[in-house]
Amino acid sequence: MLEVQNLSMRFGGLLAVDQVSLDVQEHEIVAIIGPNGAGKTTVFNCMSGFYKPTGGKILFEGREIQGKPDYRISRLGLVRTFQHVRLFSRMTVVENLLVAQHRHLNTNLLSGILKTPNYREKEQKSLDRAAYWLDRVGLTDMANRDAGNLAYGQQRRLEIARCMVTEPRLLMLDEPAAGLNPAETKDLNQLIISLKEDYNVSVVLIEHDMSLVMDISDRINVINQGRPLATGTPDEIRRNDDVIKAYLGEA
Amino acid sequence: MAAHNLKHALFCAIITLVISYPILGFNLESEGTSIILEGAGATTILGVLLAAVIVFLFQLFRDSVMGSLRQLPAINPLANRKPMEQSKRLRLESTLLTLMIIGALIWPFLASRGAVDLATLVLIYIMLALGLNVVVGLAGLLDLGYVAFYAVGAYTFALLSQYYGVSFWFALPIGALLAALFGLVLGFPVLRLRGDYLAIVTLGFGEIIRILLNNMTSLTGGPNGIGGIPDPTLFGMEFGRRVKEEGNTSFHETFGIAYSGEHKVIFLYLIALVLAVITAVAIRRLMRMPVGRAWEALREDEIAAKSLGLSRTAVKLSAFTIGAFFAGFAGTVFASKQGFISPESFVFLESAIILAIVVLGGMGSQMGVILAAIAVTILPELAREFSEYRMLIFGAAMVLMMVWRPQGLMPMRRIHIELKRQE
Ligand SMILES: Nc1ncnc2c1ncn2[C@@H]1O[C@H](COP(=O)(O)OP(=O)(O)OP(=O)(O)O)[C@@H](O)[C@H]1O
Ligand SMILES: [Mg+2]
Repeated sequence: MLEVQNLSMRFGGLLAVDQVSLDVQEHEIVAIIGPNGAGKTTVFNCMSGFYKPTGGKILFEGREIQGKPDYRISRLGLVRTFQHVRLFSRMTVVENLLVAQHRHLNTNLLSGILKTPNYREKEQKSLDRAAYWLDRVGLTDMANRDAGNLAYGQQRRLEIARCMVTEPRLLMLDEPAAGLNPAETKDLNQLIISLKEDYNVSVVLIEHDMSLVMDISDRINVINQGRPLATGTPDEIRRNDDVIKAYLGEA
Repeated sequence: MAAHNLKHALFCAIITLVISYPILGFNLESEGTSIILEGAGATTILGVLLAAVIVFLFQLFRDSVMGSLRQLPAINPLANRKPMEQSKRLRLESTLLTLMIIGALIWPFLASRGAVDLATLVLIYIMLALGLNVVVGLAGLLDLGYVAFYAVGAYTFALLSQYYGVSFWFALPIGALLAALFGLVLGFPVLRLRGDYLAIVTLGFGEIIRILLNNMTSLTGGPNGIGGIPDPTLFGMEFGRRVKEEGNTSFHETFGIAYSGEHKVIFLYLIALVLAVITAVAIRRLMRMPVGRAWEALREDEIAAKSLGLSRTAVKLSAFTIGAFFAGFAGTVFASKQGFISPESFVFLESAIILAIVVLGGMGSQMGVILAAIAVTILPELAREFSEYRMLIFGAAMVLMMVWRPQGLMPMRRIHIELKRQE
């Protein structure tokens, strides 16, 4: 469903991403790994429309999306989280989920001001969807707290829930396990698998936690210094000499 | 530490002297055709010296003075109480509001004409501040040129009535819509700007509109302004002694009561009250709707908001447009109340006062903004004797507020949303 072809991104003299290609099929978890500064987040930024790539193509369900504005790409069902959590911190947890559902509540101003039955019905639906996902990520008791006051792990889960209420087709997670304790990482592991199994969402995942990556990925792409290094199943990647060298060289 | 304090205090005292002595210590006296410089009286010199001593002492003991200021919230018995339960608070709030509105409806029939007139002005400021609260408090866009939209509303009515004889009730929606249109158009160029840059550009817009009004003499009368703006009518009844417009009747004759100038003042007050209530209710609803939440989301984190499919353009423009719409409302009422408007009424100071009301009240908080609008408009009137020092008192009050309660009189409370439990 997603195809990235020869993607390049240049910042002045720095070629941060150089001819990277990858593809994601329906019902698949694909990981992008690589040492720090390899260009993983930059690939995400190009895919989600934050940067206009300097070369290459990105096809989502057959349509070229490179260079489209970010909010349009996310409306197509291609939604992301951030390496550094970005919540609306002075809004409550529920409100964070309601903001994300603005498209389901797409009514005109007057019907909202007058609270027409149609508007109420839609509003109730978004509340129910928010309640469902809060329960799903275990944040029901925090519903009316300010998002900025949540513990770090809770913020991460809220960010994923906030993506899920938009009912995406493809979810991009940028280091979702960073800063989580082992128990939380295990929960995350199950959550991501369930997103794929129960909600039919494909996932692209950037992650440094190798056990998590090896555990849940269907396929892995390795990037090193902006260039694609290897691609294959977890087993193939584990045995790949180039990958071992790159990681040992870094360490 | 002490030595540093002493040096700093001395420095501040000298600065005080250097600034105030030339300003206050000399008088320009005209003698025939020439002007001569004269030293001021002994009391003035003494006053300047006293001020320097006070500044010196304050700076010397600054830490302990500010420390005790910070103790002030502890004296406030309401400071550390537990927040009330939401359902109880909402009920209390709505009863209080109903009582306030009923009181506001009865009150003008008991009060003096001057008081009702002042109250109308308060209501106009409430409308303005509630509108600006959308732009600054909710959307987080620092707009220093808000008065421009107020001017557009006022001038729309003034010009329409002068050239086409349009009545208040027709001009009201047109004024508001035209102001909204200006909000939309002026919003475009500043879409990419944030913070200080946005503030400076909007400040410029405010001035441009005022200067345009000042210089398009053939249309707006320039600095002479526009007079003879008609009062609102009630179902074709006029409130003047004699009927001005053909086809209208007069209020006092229809009801067979003696003519009184108060009828008109009270009627205008009631119109302003209804419009202010409409403004408050409409914005309250908007805050709880997707648009309102989008404003806040964009304020909190623009990148995250865009990643969820919110268009920055649409969200920002909607905030500017809706804020300007209510300023247009207020402007139309203002023009009708004054009967005469000129660019003088729409100077930057007005923008600053409206912004001060929003900040004092508590960004995003409607109750706070309403209270602050009342305080900021009425207090200077009560302290008429000190009118020369109005701005000084105003500034001092702002500084004290920022030290004592930086979040505003009544900071915005987030509404709790009850969710159905999942089984
Ligand atoms: N906006 C930008 N302007 C200039 N250089 C950039 C920009 N964004 C990223 N870079 C550079 O591109 C390179 C790749 O950065 P990127 O953030 O994509 O790495 P990463 O693989 O996500 O690393 P990490 O694992 O540390 O998150 C880095 O050298 C970075 O300094
Ligand atoms: Mg990164």
